Amino acid sequence: MDNRVTDNPWRSLRRFTDARIGMGRAGVSLPTAELLAFQMAHAQARDAVHQPLDVARLVADLGAIDGVLPALTVQSQAVDRADYLRHPDKGRRLAAGAALPGDAPELAIVIADGLSSRAVQDHAAAMVAALMAQMPGVRMSAPVIAVQGRVAIGDDIAAAMDAAAVLVLIGERPGLSSPDSLGLYFTQNPGPGLSDARRNCISNVRPAGLLPGHAAARFAYLYAQAQVLGTSGVALKDNSAPLLADAAATSFLSPPRTE
Amino acid sequence: MQSRYRTTLGGQVWRYDTLAQVMARATPDRAGDRLAGVAATSAQDRAAAQAVLADVPLQRFLEEALIPYEDDDVTRLIIDTHDAAAFAPVAHLTVGDFRDWLLSDLATPAVLAALRPGLTPEMAAAVCKIMRNQDLILVAQKCRVTTAFRGTIGLPGRLSTRVQPNHPVDDVNGIAASILDGLMYAGGDAVIGINPATDNVAQAGRLLHLMADIIDGYGIPTQSCVLTHVTNTLDCITAGAPVDLVFQSVGGTQGTNDAFGFTLDHLAQAQDAALGLGRGTVGTNVMYFETGQGSSLSAGANHGLDQQTCEARAYAVARHYDPLLVNTVVGFIGPEYLYDGREIARAGLEDHFCGKLLGLPMGCDICYTNHAEADQNDVDSLMTLLGVAGVSFIMGVPGSDDIMLNYQSTSFHDALYLRRALGLKPAPEFDAWLARMGIMDSADGFRLGDGMPDGFAKRLAGAAHG
Repeated sequence: MDNRVTDNPWRSLRRFTDARIGMGRAGVSLPTAELLAFQMAHAQARDAVHQPLDVARLVADLGAIDGVLPALTVQSQAVDRADYLRHPDKGRRLAAGAALPGDAPELAIVIADGLSSRAVQDHAAAMVAALMAQMPGVRMSAPVIAVQGRVAIGDDIAAAMDAAAVLVLIGERPGLSSPDSLGLYFTQNPGPGLSDARRNCISNVRPAGLLPGHAAARFAYLYAQAQVLGTSGVALKDNSAPLLADAAATSFLSPPRTE
Repeated sequence: MQSRYRTTLGGQVWRYDTLAQVMARATPDRAGDRLAGVAATSAQDRAAAQAVLADVPLQRFLEEALIPYEDDDVTRLIIDTHDAAAFAPVAHLTVGDFRDWLLSDLATPAVLAALRPGLTPEMAAAVCKIMRNQDLILVAQKCRVTTAFRGTIGLPGRLSTRVQPNHPVDDVNGIAASILDGLMYAGGDAVIGINPATDNVAQAGRLLHLMADIIDGYGIPTQSCVLTHVTNTLDCITAGAPVDLVFQSVGGTQGTNDAFGFTLDHLAQAQDAALGLGRGTVGTNVMYFETGQGSSLSAGANHGLDQQTCEARAYAVARHYDPLLVNTVVGFIGPEYLYDGREIARAGLEDHFCGKLLGLPMGCDICYTNHAEADQNDVDSLMTLLGVAGVSFIMGVPGSDDIMLNYQSTSFHDALYLRRALGLKPAPEFDAWLARMGIMDSADGFRLGDGMPDGFAKRLAGAAHG
């Protein structure tokens, strides 16, 4: 019998997770097939970082949502991807000459490509639609698409628009199993120069992660709390009831109480 | 005025304005220091700054605070807790002398342990800058740091691992599946530590109960942690959740910690609260800290210092609270700070050395992101170097792929490679548990068992039918 590779019976548990569990082993090392699969996944993630956002297509997708104002497009100070990767500050600053309406929205919506244009391309419009449905009473800005943008560019944009709060939808750093993950960063009373301690984050918005509807519900809770507190960030705790179906603390691995 | 920081090399005079500038210019090249505008302007500038730094007396670091005492609570912590008596054996040395002394046979493990309260992070950072990688490895090997909670971390010839069973929506079965995978690959003696997907306090409590039930139910001599903000963990303790370890990311300046949203008082309060639960069985180290070069610059709070010096100052924060584990997450921050595998490797060795010299139970998340110029071969190299240096623990992520944090770290298989290549056993309590469960026999070439322990096999069968 060929026993070069030892398989793991618990590989069946992959139905609970995308994690690379139960890969088996050659001695204590990775089997060749798993090694090659990893190489391909890494190659895909590397390529995702450098894929540019198709702005025209995103504008069209946003335009198809009922009640959304026509999207605006701005640039950060980073001129291209290499500049963006080497100089994070440039991605946080709005380039000179951006024309944004100073119409003081209650909530500015900013969409930045970040490190995964694919996440934005595939999920940003659905996320905006979910926000519109979840929060009909909130006066939102036209979506502002920030090319080569990082999270803090939302502060500059909010200042230019005189917005009371800002939500940045941004492509998160691509992972091997999740090259398309969208992150949401929220700041109440934003302004240039704020630190991350003033922001609240909801991450992993994608089909295999947190669905846009669930993310919108969680955000609506944070937004409502922020109106009461008058601020966001560390002081604003996410005490919304767990929104997941499996709210119990027991798993298949939890030992029976009698054992 | 003549600068006191000057040298003449090959007929050229090199002058530096401040001690901070000498430190920064003397630092081996890396992206974050270039980004901050503090890096050496040429290779010769760096070599000259290293020569100047080597002549600086260690005593100077007690007289010239790199960040003023009045402005920064980390500086105050460093100065106020400095032990002059412990410092006495090296008080007469320059930075260059200190390197020789550390490498000499005078610096035995016992002597180095006694020296710790006499050393400031800046002294460790300074000598680090004029040490080669092999120096950092050899001296770190002599720094023995042992801590304990339900198992003992850091004994010679041992390597521990964290099982990092993250899941993008904190699905309990998904997390449990990764925990089972980790345990079956002999991982988890440092901690079973989950990075939660959100900062939801109720969810953190749920995950704490999940892990406590598994640890108690199978009698596993390890500890759990949910890596959430220190104030959330305090809320969890108040709510009666079974907290083993308190987590916090820490930085080396007050401004960095402001950006992380905590003060030193929070850490003291949380340490007291966790100690009050009395959940450790063989020790009372209840804190788990994470650090990483670049966090101060990222927070706009580096005060013109280089990132390695800021990082070493974070260890002053960590050591004040007697941690079980300190983890430098070396490649996570991205290429703006550590550009490629070479810069990541140097930083990993520096952090491990400085942490161990200052008396910390230093582990390393040997990792990279997909926008950095690095791959698994870089992980293999640094993992091997740190294994030789005596790193206390590394991460264990299924197949190296963290599906929540979106980066690559070391896998359960990687830790087993290190065990076989270097003969490193898990913590003794955990090693005995693995043998009892038939999972791994350290005495037989780290051979893994063929089957599953009965308890696990039953739950797996139940999952198949459920």
